Amino acid sequence: MSFAVDSHIIGHFGPYGGRFVPEALIGALDELALAHEVALKDPIFQAELAELHRTYTGRPSIITEVKRFAEHAGGARILLKREDLNHTGSHKINNVLGQALLTKRMGKKRIIAETGAGQHGVAAATAAALMGLECVVYMGEEDTKRQSLNVARMKLLGAEVIPVTQGSKTLKDAINEAMRDWVTNVDTTHYMLGTVAGPHPFPTMVRDFHRVIGVEAREQCLELMGRLPDAILACIGGGSNAIGIFHPFLDDVNVRLIGLEAGGSGIESGLHAATISGGSPGVLHGTRSYVLQDANGQTVESHSISAGLDYPGVGPEHAYLNDIGRAEYRAITDAQAMEAFALLCKTEGIIPAIESAHALAGAMQIGKELGSEAVLLVNLSGRGDKDVQTAADYFGIPL
Amino acid sequence: MSTPLDTLFVRTRSENRAALIGYLPAGFPTQQGCIDALTAMVEGGVDAIEIGYPYSDPVMDGPVIQAAADTSLRNGTGAAEVMATLAAIAKIAPTVVMTYWNPIEKYGVDKFLADIKGNGGSGVITPDLTIEESDPWIAASTSHDTNRIYVVAPSTLEERLRKVTAATSGFVYAASLMGVTGTRTTVSSSARGLVSRLREVTDLPIAVGLGVSTPEQASEVAQYADGVIVGSAFIRLLQEAHNPQDGIAKVRALAQDLAKGLQRS
Repeated sequence: MSFAVDSHIIGHFGPYGGRFVPEALIGALDELALAHEVALKDPIFQAELAELHRTYTGRPSIITEVKRFAEHAGGARILLKREDLNHTGSHKINNVLGQALLTKRMGKKRIIAETGAGQHGVAAATAAALMGLECVVYMGEEDTKRQSLNVARMKLLGAEVIPVTQGSKTLKDAINEAMRDWVTNVDTTHYMLGTVAGPHPFPTMVRDFHRVIGVEAREQCLELMGRLPDAILACIGGGSNAIGIFHPFLDDVNVRLIGLEAGGSGIESGLHAATISGGSPGVLHGTRSYVLQDANGQTVESHSISAGLDYPGVGPEHAYLNDIGRAEYRAITDAQAMEAFALLCKTEGIIPAIESAHALAGAMQIGKELGSEAVLLVNLSGRGDKDVQTAADYFGIPL
Repeated sequence: MSTPLDTLFVRTRSENRAALIGYLPAGFPTQQGCIDALTAMVEGGVDAIEIGYPYSDPVMDGPVIQAAADTSLRNGTGAAEVMATLAAIAKIAPTVVMTYWNPIEKYGVDKFLADIKGNGGSGVITPDLTIEESDPWIAASTSHDTNRIYVVAPSTLEERLRKVTAATSGFVYAASLMGVTGTRTTVSSSARGLVSRLREVTDLPIAVGLGVSTPEQASEVAQYADGVIVGSAFIRLLQEAHNPQDGIAKVRALAQDLAKGLQRS
């Protein structure tokens, strides 16, 4: 049997996924689903995207074995998939280049995007600059203050950044505002959603653009070791880097797939962003999945030291993989993530994104559980340059 | 079986006029203030009421309704308050609840409709429930005999209009434009086109909403639609009022002005 769901036609992953959107968006979602479906089978599109990845993104991303770090993880062998070395500094570029090519194919000239920490916004602005598209990025007002450097980066790249002052003024409200823009300007505009959430076809399409991570990693593992890893670990906010590395391994049933959610101050504190570990099934931003919500179905604000994981929803395919038991999800607290962050810096000379540090903290736990014979593959989804301020504050380093 | 809403449209059609539908989110400006304002609307000539269930992530709504929903949520409005408002208003006018899907799912589809019916409601407007996700909803609303009101848009293609209206009862909510709720200076010309395309595929009453705020606009829409929905304009009056009495008086006056232009020539 196969654990991969054919979500291309109906957009469902078991009871999850689907479309919960105003009727005004159905036409655009159908158009996008068709464009994606055609592009997936079109060798010209695939060649164009592969060439961009080779000459612009810097793919394939390399594998780095981290032996000194592994001494703190029960001696298990630990391999990092280096998405942090991609252009713009994270896996996000995989998705935006794919969607930008689709935007041009659909004849649209304007893209909109949401961003929390600014990583997807920067990636979207980059793709727009490369392909000559107008770009508007919605960003919660709170986040524009916390991430002013990324706001400047987006502006340098020619994007307009609109601070969102509604609701909690963070990522979730930036998505609401982007959807309102899209409903209004759908004829001319493509919504370049940054993760594997939202209405069909986004969870399927964004996953397909990130599968390159897992496809490369599978070949690299076989080449390097002649076998597959025992476990693959990735951090989960919306879940795009995780699904990208998990998906090509779904039918390799001996490979454990482990998603590390943002546990914030701990699930029991209520201050976290661990949607699967600490939430319940519901509908948010056009898709059914796990959601952080109260007794009335109102979305509850999430909390994490990592802005990129600070989202009260999660991609529907992860909800499905959790329920059928093919993937496992654990929460990593802010403190555990920061310990792993500091350790990778000092033992390997690599400053990871705080998001990715959640996966590293997971490796420290799993490595100890599995012992020194085990091989763990960790998706290092982004680099930590953007997090220097946060980390300096956390560790008390004066700036 | 027919609901009070069904009966209303039979009557307004026989009177050769459009029905006027007024909207407020429950709990805005306060729990009792909302009931008082809705009562004033009905006294002023509004035929039917749409009570909004305030939601944290209202992607179909513009700034005016978002701000009102925020106020309401801060007032602690939840399902119990929405149902209490419904119970109070359904006694004086046909009433429906408008809600995004997640609060229904969290409450329980069957229980939600049982309570809508039990509190005298005619049905529910579901702006983000697509027809593809509707199976449990259609089954439950059929067994509870409540109206299922879907929202269609100018971009909705004919085949889909057929599919959506086939599942609709009470009335079809025609969004006048591609966009979110809020007052506009003119009613989009796409409203008339959408209504005439709807007439080709359904005999159901059709009500036009989004951007209708003045008596002139209401009167214009009344010439070709069965219902006129006004929301943000009432909310603005309450937001700008000097005191609660002032707000209620202005709501009643707007309802009276809007009601004057519903007769078709």
